[in-house]
Amino acid sequence: MMGNITLMEFLSAGREVAGHKPWPRFQLDARTWRKLAEQMTVSNWEIMAEWGEPAEVHVLLRGEDSGAIAVASHPCPDGKFFALGQARPSAIRLERAIRDLWGLVPEGLEDQRPWLEHGRWGVKHPLGKPREAEAKATTYRFHTAEGDGLHQIPVGPVHAGVIEPGHFRFHCQGETVVRLEQRLGYVHKGIAGLTAGKPLHDAGRIVARVSGDATVAYSLAFARAVEAALGLEPPPRAVWLRALMAECERIANHLFDIGAICNDAAFSIMLSHLGALRETVLRANAACFGHRLLMDQIIPGGVARDLPDDGPSILHHARHAVKKGFHRAMQLYDETPSLLDRTTGTGFLSGALAHRFAAGGFVGRASSRGQDARRNPGYPPYEDLTFTVPVMSDGDVHARLMIRAEEIKASLSLIEQILAAMQPGPIATPVALRGAGEGVAVVESFRGDVVVWVRVSEAGKIVRLHAHDPSWFQWPLLEAAIEGNIVADFPLCNKSFNCSYSGQDS
Amino acid sequence: MTAVVWQIVQIVLVLATAPLVTGWVRWVKARLNGRRGAPPWQPYRDFYRLLQKEAVVAHSASWIFRAAPYITFASVWLAACIVPTFTTNIFLAPAADLIALVALLAIGRFWTALAGMDVGTAFGGLGASREMMIASLAEPAMLMVTFSLSLVAGTTQPAQIVVFVLGGNVGIEVSLGLALAAMLMVAIAENGRIPIDNPATHLELTMVHEAMVLEYSGRHLAMIEAAQMVRLTLFMALIACLFAPWGMAMPGAGLPGILVGMAAFAAKLFILATALAWFETVIAKMRVFRYSDFLGGALLLGLLATIFLYVSEAV
Repeated sequence: MMGNITLMEFLSAGREVAGHKPWPRFQLDARTWRKLAEQMTVSNWEIMAEWGEPAEVHVLLRGEDSGAIAVASHPCPDGKFFALGQARPSAIRLERAIRDLWGLVPEGLEDQRPWLEHGRWGVKHPLGKPREAEAKATTYRFHTAEGDGLHQIPVGPVHAGVIEPGHFRFHCQGETVVRLEQRLGYVHKGIAGLTAGKPLHDAGRIVARVSGDATVAYSLAFARAVEAALGLEPPPRAVWLRALMAECERIANHLFDIGAICNDAAFSIMLSHLGALRETVLRANAACFGHRLLMDQIIPGGVARDLPDDGPSILHHARHAVKKGFHRAMQLYDETPSLLDRTTGTGFLSGALAHRFAAGGFVGRASSRGQDARRNPGYPPYEDLTFTVPVMSDGDVHARLMIRAEEIKASLSLIEQILAAMQPGPIATPVALRGAGEGVAVVESFRGDVVVWVRVSEAGKIVRLHAHDPSWFQWPLLEAAIEGNIVADFPLCNKSFNCSYSGQDS
Repeated sequence: MTAVVWQIVQIVLVLATAPLVTGWVRWVKARLNGRRGAPPWQPYRDFYRLLQKEAVVAHSASWIFRAAPYITFASVWLAACIVPTFTTNIFLAPAADLIALVALLAIGRFWTALAGMDVGTAFGGLGASREMMIASLAEPAMLMVTFSLSLVAGTTQPAQIVVFVLGGNVGIEVSLGLALAAMLMVAIAENGRIPIDNPATHLELTMVHEAMVLEYSGRHLAMIEAAQMVRLTLFMALIACLFAPWGMAMPGAGLPGILVGMAAFAAKLFILATALAWFETVIAKMRVFRYSDFLGGALLLGLLATIFLYVSEAV
């Protein structure tokens, strides 16, 4: 192992693949790949995403000190690769999923259980070398916890509320949670398989539906990745409109999250207030962009439609209404000791874990990891805007709620700045095909950094696509945060994380 | 003879008004939350719906599971019959006292908890264990309140306490105030209201009462829900009867007195139900481990009420 080596120095030992934008991609042989895993035990490089191809694995890395980003690829024709999960636990689930989907075996990984596959597909390794398999549920061996007075509580996958499916296995001693294990994958949609071979327009619509609440972020990441691959430059007005939509989405989701957290402590009036405010935003969305959730509004090359003439005034009004109502709601939150008693100190996540798992969004920022993709690596137009990225170190439910509250305030100010800065002009550049290419984009969704990687063919079709949800690195942290808490506080912790089932199962 | 008539009227009355009281609480809560809310008589429709439905029983359930709804409902209903609501002149009044009342409620709870564990699901056990924890803390507090009241009135029969209070034998006492506070806290716990339990939650892991009855459906669920609603009305009637008996018809009062008693009872229910809805709106549910603080507080208040009685007697 080498001492102070930067990510780029290390990766330059591999072969750089031409046509990968905007950050380079290096092919590593088996030895270098193995050395990468070893080096990761001493370097603080972060895994941002890991995915496969029929005979290759890719990992998107960031050098935490330098901020350099690069993709490392490892061709593995023999169907095996040295598991990075040994050095970085955040990669364990990703590598289990790689095995399920592409049939590549992560060697050295202690946990060899399937992750996304539940034995119900009727086919093994659908994206690799598909093999017919009998569709029958296989028994999944949960981790155990043994001791006096321990008992299990299985929850889900079907829940009492209208939420997404996921199974939670609790081991408890009385009310105290000793261990929580998640079982996800119930809403696997096969996004990677569905998008392969599709024209850009169709693929964009599919990617927009990876996780519906972050549809703007996914569309934006897809558009930016395609633009990087094809060398396109969206017109300035489109860039402003994109940011406008992204901030509207962020506000709407954060508002509802805060309300829902309070509702889980049986304080439903917050949800009523904030639900009404969210509705204000959604109506403004519908009036300005023609879709309440802003689905399919961002396309490669620009945006689908321009703001109507009265758009700025609608948004100004909505912004004022939200600002006023939100201030009052947060006052109510601050003045309700019974509610603060529930959120403070509950579901503590240590900063060390947040860093180790490279957790983005409010989960990371409430546990002292101040990463925001709008700042680092950054993308237009945010370098022209003034905004603060709130960071706290408390790591509890209260901190995650307050980070959201601060982000709402920041986003409200961003909307004002964007509306002031926006100039008239074209809203889209036609997509011109300039040969094949690969592109990757990192975009800050309300949950954290969404990664989309694409390979576009000369004919303008998607050859391969990978969409990575921030929840991949947040779900495992929820398991850690709930440990030692009481069972009855789980819904509160879960809601404060608000991980996406759909996004991680994609 | 009239005592029998009024007893029958009361038996029907508590059953008939209980859904309306619960519906009213829900409606006021919805309005306070800025929602339109289901009309207050929605629970009657729910009962009609539930009684039409098939009762699905888990294959692992024993006879306990089937019997529990009826036993629970019967015990709670009986308890509601012995608390004077609009008149003290009821047939069962001499037969029962506050200690019997506590026991009747305990029977209902015991059977619900048994049924919760009977099916063998994790939630049933979880709910039963929480319910028993609450009961073990709430019952002593309730008994403490009973003792302080019986020390004032010299009896544990609610009807006689009412007669004693209405006879002008009691002034404003600190003890009664403390006992009332303790009683309100116990009532919140016993009825599974916020901040102890959230009757409207969909979160399985936070439930107490709902967790035990998750497996019930059809007429069984109707029985359980009816018991729950009658219990809420019972506690309101009990608080009204013990701490605000004004307007209640005394033995020998004619029909006008009875009508005044009924109107007073309706007014008391209205005030208590509205206050409950307001209270549930402005407070969040507490942590499971704070139950003991909350109910320990109730016990302490009950104890203080008793001690103050002795102190004031000595002075």
